[in-house]
Amino acid sequence: MSQDAEKSTAKLSKVEKKLNLLKKRAHLIFRNIDCVKLFNRILKKTPDEILATITESGLRGRGGAGFPTGMKWKAALEAPGAVKYVICNADEGEPGTFKDRVILERQPDKIIVGMATCAYVTKATEGYIYMRGEYNFMSKEIKACCEKWNDLFEKKDFPFRVSLRLGSGAYICGEETALIESMSGNRGEPRLRPPFPVSEGFNDMPTVVNNVETLAYVTMIMDDGLDFFKSVAKDDSMGGKVFSVSGDAAIKGVFELPLGMTVQEFVDIFGDGDTKAVQVGGFSGLCVPRKHFATTIIGYRGVQTGGSMILYNSTRSMYLVLKNYLEFFQEESCGQCAPCRIGCQQLLLGIEAMRQGTRPLSHIDKLRELVNVMGVASKCKLGMSLANPFNSITEHFFEEICSKW
Amino acid sequence: MTKDDVAEVIKTHGTERTNLLPVLQDVAATHRFLTEEDLVRVARAFKISAAEVYSVASFYSLLETQPRGRFVIRVCRTISCSMSGKGNILTKLKEILGIDLGETTPDKRFSLLETNCMGWCAEGPSMLINDTVYSHLTPEKVVEIIKEYRER
Ligand SMILES: Cc1cc2nc3c(=O)[nH]c(=O)nc-3n(C[C@H](O)[C@H](O)[C@H](O)COP(=O)(O)O)c2cc1C
Ligand code: SF4
Ligand code: FES
Repeated sequence: MSQDAEKSTAKLSKVEKKLNLLKKRAHLIFRNIDCVKLFNRILKKTPDEILATITESGLRGRGGAGFPTGMKWKAALEAPGAVKYVICNADEGEPGTFKDRVILERQPDKIIVGMATCAYVTKATEGYIYMRGEYNFMSKEIKACCEKWNDLFEKKDFPFRVSLRLGSGAYICGEETALIESMSGNRGEPRLRPPFPVSEGFNDMPTVVNNVETLAYVTMIMDDGLDFFKSVAKDDSMGGKVFSVSGDAAIKGVFELPLGMTVQEFVDIFGDGDTKAVQVGGFSGLCVPRKHFATTIIGYRGVQTGGSMILYNSTRSMYLVLKNYLEFFQEESCGQCAPCRIGCQQLLLGIEAMRQGTRPLSHIDKLRELVNVMGVASKCKLGMSLANPFNSITEHFFEEICSKW
Repeated sequence: MTKDDVAEVIKTHGTERTNLLPVLQDVAATHRFLTEEDLVRVARAFKISAAEVYSVASFYSLLETQPRGRFVIRVCRTISCSMSGKGNILTKLKEILGIDLGETTPDKRFSLLETNCMGWCAEGPSMLINDTVYSHLTPEKVVEIIKEYRER
């Protein structure tokens, strides 16, 4: 072995060691358990006890918005309604996110037990897994899993049925009210919130919408995981998080890691040694430049994330990166409200024009004004959060946006 | 789909509004797109206007309302796949199929489209052919895959 090769294996094993340590610190979702036994144990507790446990765990939504799960369930329980619903949001469309797919493939039972636990607490009787159409290849397995559990629920006289619904290729249907519209047989256009789904959701009845990962964590907290879950805490970011790592990364894929790391700690493990920026939280998240790696925390206290981590090294043009984002949003905006529909188009045209020199560089001020207006005037978070990537990229990589490189 | 086939799909799902999407998905599954007749038949059964059915169908990128080939190829154009060499994949596909983006081969076998992130970003470049995912693509691999589909 040459000296260089020796050095690089030594370095790799050091990184691997660090990664394994981190993975061990937060290892819940992919741990195999007997879900049927667990479900029997859950039914021996009272719904109040369970709600208290989930609330105490500090679990917050893993779909991106980070709403406390216990509070959501309590609101649905207290909302009046003849029927209540639990929906598992498996629409996973945020660019750079694929962890829900892996959880669905490897731990479908945990998702259904999580939904049943929610139903037990909130008195919901119907459950739906709304899965993106691109994941149709696993429909058969998920359907079979639903049937298996429905049989068991029936045997136990547990009044809950779960079934699968498919999306058909629209990113916006991951937004909970758009998802409900889509399930209702309509265009997937978001509703104004409030009212929130917990009071007026599917069929205008109280509805809990939870992310795949959130529900899997519920199951693991019920499986005596409460202490472990809380022990992973750093600050107020309790528990682990499943990250999807892609881009210019030395190691790519799905990893369950503790929340509360700095971006630097993350880059030390996953980077290729030349990382200049990390997009935390998908296209609607923040682009963190190298100089902020050490001071940026990944978690509810710092940068919130649904788990998408895309790394960029110094060979990448951040102009092309931003352009790719804007093309995405222009296509995926549902078009229902003018600030977002027109705004997405104009931002894209704007950076292209600056690049080609048909607009002066000062045009950026107008574009920033536009994106900030979208932040207040858009109907849903798609339009509202576009300022995150747009402002962070144009602030930190302005030369790259305008130069011919 | 024939009139009877559409009727059959509608029968299995029912005509409540919440079943509209599942019905459209199943009708589209056979030909990879919805014909005007399909839309009208569904509208009649659901007792809503054909325009409304069209407005729902056209919202969803996987529910095509224009003719497509038997195998619809969707290449991911989003950033992670784009950085891992999506450009070469697309060029290769255009070359061997002899069509441009958005087009269908004259024998109505293949349509070539782009799509947004489909959840295989760590294994890019990736593409879908109908419901099947192909990842870790290289131009050579693409040639092999298309060859295999030509024989189907
Ligand atoms: C544009 C947009 C897309 C979203 N996509 C998803 C998604 O794919 N999966 C998801 O779980 N949540 C998504 N969300 C968040 C949901 O609206 C909702 O907050 C979440 O499903 C709640 O579940 P949680 O509390 O368990 O995170 C999206 C939100 C917006 C605004
Ligand atoms: S902000 Fe965009 S995605 Fe959201 S409702 Fe308006 S147009 Fe649709
Ligand atoms: S970027 Fe291509 S699958 Fe996600």
